[in-house]
Amino acid sequence: MIPELGHFALALALALSCAQAAFGLVGPWRGMPRLMAATPPLAAGALLATAVAFGCLMWSFGVNDTSVQNVAQNSHSAKPMLYKLTATWGSHEGSMVLWVLILALCGGAVAGFGRDLPSALKARVLAVLGLVGVGFFAFILGTSNPFDRLWPPPPDGQGLNPVLQDPGLAFHPPLLYLGYVGCAVTFAFAVAALIEGRVDAAWGRWVRPWALAAWSFLTLGIALGSWWAYYELGWGGYWFWDPVENASLLPWLAGCALLHSAVVVEKREALKTWTVFLALLAFGLSLLGTFLVRSGVLNSVHSFASDPTRGVFILALLMLYVGGGFALFAWRAAAMTPAGVFAPLSREGGLVLNNLLLCSIAAVVLAGTLYPMFADLLLGQKISVGPPFFNTALLPLAVPLIGAMAVGAVLPWKRARLFPALQRLWWAALGGFAALLLCLALEGARIGPALGFAAGVWVVLGALADVSDRLALFSRPRAALARALALPRSAWGGAVAHAGMGVLILGLAGMGLATDRLALLKPGESAELAGYTWRLDGLESAQGPNFTARRANVTVLDGGRPVVALAPEKRSFPVGRATTTEAAIHTTVLSDLYAVLGDERDGAAVLRLHHNPLAPWIWIGAAIMALGGALSLSDRRVRVAAPAPKAARGGEARA
Amino acid sequence: MIRVLALLLALAGPAFGAVGDPALQLPDAAQEERARGIGRELRCLVCQNQSIEDSDADLARDLRRIVREQVSAGRSDAEVVGFVHRRYGDFVLLRPRFSAATALLWATPAVALLAGGLRRRAPRRRPAASAASVPGALTEAERARLARLEGGAGGDRAA
Repeated sequence: MIPELGHFALALALALSCAQAAFGLVGPWRGMPRLMAATPPLAAGALLATAVAFGCLMWSFGVNDTSVQNVAQNSHSAKPMLYKLTATWGSHEGSMVLWVLILALCGGAVAGFGRDLPSALKARVLAVLGLVGVGFFAFILGTSNPFDRLWPPPPDGQGLNPVLQDPGLAFHPPLLYLGYVGCAVTFAFAVAALIEGRVDAAWGRWVRPWALAAWSFLTLGIALGSWWAYYELGWGGYWFWDPVENASLLPWLAGCALLHSAVVVEKREALKTWTVFLALLAFGLSLLGTFLVRSGVLNSVHSFASDPTRGVFILALLMLYVGGGFALFAWRAAAMTPAGVFAPLSREGGLVLNNLLLCSIAAVVLAGTLYPMFADLLLGQKISVGPPFFNTALLPLAVPLIGAMAVGAVLPWKRARLFPALQRLWWAALGGFAALLLCLALEGARIGPALGFAAGVWVVLGALADVSDRLALFSRPRAALARALALPRSAWGGAVAHAGMGVLILGLAGMGLATDRLALLKPGESAELAGYTWRLDGLESAQGPNFTARRANVTVLDGGRPVVALAPEKRSFPVGRATTTEAAIHTTVLSDLYAVLGDERDGAAVLRLHHNPLAPWIWIGAAIMALGGALSLSDRRVRVAAPAPKAARGGEARA
Repeated sequence: MIRVLALLLALAGPAFGAVGDPALQLPDAAQEERARGIGRELRCLVCQNQSIEDSDADLARDLRRIVREQVSAGRSDAEVVGFVHRRYGDFVLLRPRFSAATALLWATPAVALLAGGLRRRAPRRRPAASAASVPGALTEAERARLARLEGGAGGDRAA
């Protein structure tokens, strides 16, 4: 009964979204205020219906109702309750329901919080969100109904893949989806602006919070996925340039460019077409990611249980939305004349460079991801594009981006001179150079990591220099506290996010110095790595809630003094007959000690030991970046939707 | 999204969490380091986008052994990669060779920068030129708007 209710709620949400799309488009076109006024309640209704559907699905998982096919395939009564519930989005069908739930939430948020939006713009934004909803509700109902029944019901489910039974992965998809779907809102704003033929500072101000929120969630989602790969897959790696990782990186890059160029629209009314273009692109890349994962066209570790119907359906949606968006763009973009004029060397110029480089990086990632497929289809050649390609091809784009990151932030609007800007950054440059020399002195001729440390220190100190400069920390230290309190939070947010990027780069550079070794040890024997002695104390079997494990007890000693006990495991799950490796990780914020248990033979065990300097900084840096986004979001000016009166604006026009 | 990966993980099963076998490693640390560097450039052909160093599949083991044999026989990095390339074709190389088929791929960074740069130049020059050469073309309203924008931004981040 409950699953049928959920099924009905999905159909209801589809109907409400249809009405939302139709009313929202026709209302402003025909000048019918009553139709326009009906769109927010319709969006609220669609949200309610979707929430009911999602709740019903979650309920089915909670009570382990195996007569529902989706539950039978993806859950098991022996699973802990948390993972039963997170299994709701653990399958293709369920994750699509989560996708539309977040879309409906965004629609509800635009309807509820967008009181200051002009009613025509609001109706059109909701109409576009409704249209996107229609496509995806139809997709779910037509090709991937999560409420399909199974008769007779099996006595118990087949179990969720054990690798998923992990808190990091349980919350990775919702975060990522919040990011993807947030891009749908900026897309809706862009399409609405194209229909109206008007993009102005107010539009920039409405779009930026959505771009910021989507980008922050994507940052967190990607970081969580990468962290999970690091501790769960047991390779000690954190990024594999896998097509599906790339698919999540692409909208992140476009979103990052978007939120920078939206600043220019908001402050200077320039780069309008470019910003609209990026908003279309970010959502297009989100959908492309969905398509690549769902259709199984790519050769990837992540690739889905592929189903051609689903792939074709999503490809059709992709063509419809992105093709429609860009056709509208080609038709209407000429109407958007930029108002602000600026010299090439200015803050605007810096942001243009940022956009250019980020988009070029996105182009390389996209080309690298799709090239093998097209080479196979068009040229009949089977080639591989892997990490060595991405690292080589992206380096020449990443270096100027990182170099310009600190400079751009200290340039004034409209017209700048390079020398005063560089003067503010001399100690950041000095710090970077010192880091380079220090690393070369300590680690020998490892030029890659040394340059990485230099870049990271440059970016972090650059952000500090920017803030201290705004606070006049050195010239007038007494007033600095008052200035710190008066400085808009968006300025803090920008500096914090940049510093987070610097921390992330330091983490990457540290991982460039990582060392590891394989050791075949009997209990009592030990191996040396990175100045530590790793001693295998014993091997034992252990019993988990729905798995059995072999565990190695390893003690890490530093000069005879025990530092930490590590217990890497190999788990085998009888349901689903799968095994996972659980790496044991001890982190002191400066480095990770990481041990993985391999095969055992003749009473000895293979252990892979890693010493990963600064590894946690990668994820700490990403979290700091997301925090910067959140700080910027909490800025009062973002929440007050209409642009402030001119008099108040002059004083706070800094980004 | 990565959950999807999980489905595959189940299928790919033993290929994941490759721990390796110490017996296969070269005794000389420098040679082993070189062999691993080469291995990271080579794809495990039966896996999904993994290098032979990251995979525990039988084929990856064989390739790791071949690479180590070649390295200990004193071949250079390029010779070892060439040896594997001759046997298994382009698909084994994670860094595609530059050729007619991959020229576009390798040119992407330059092409993207150039295309973006040209696109940016075009719209920026037009308004500037029209404002400078035909000042009479500005209407009164536009002039007021210009003054307001420039005046309003005058207190901007000069510091």
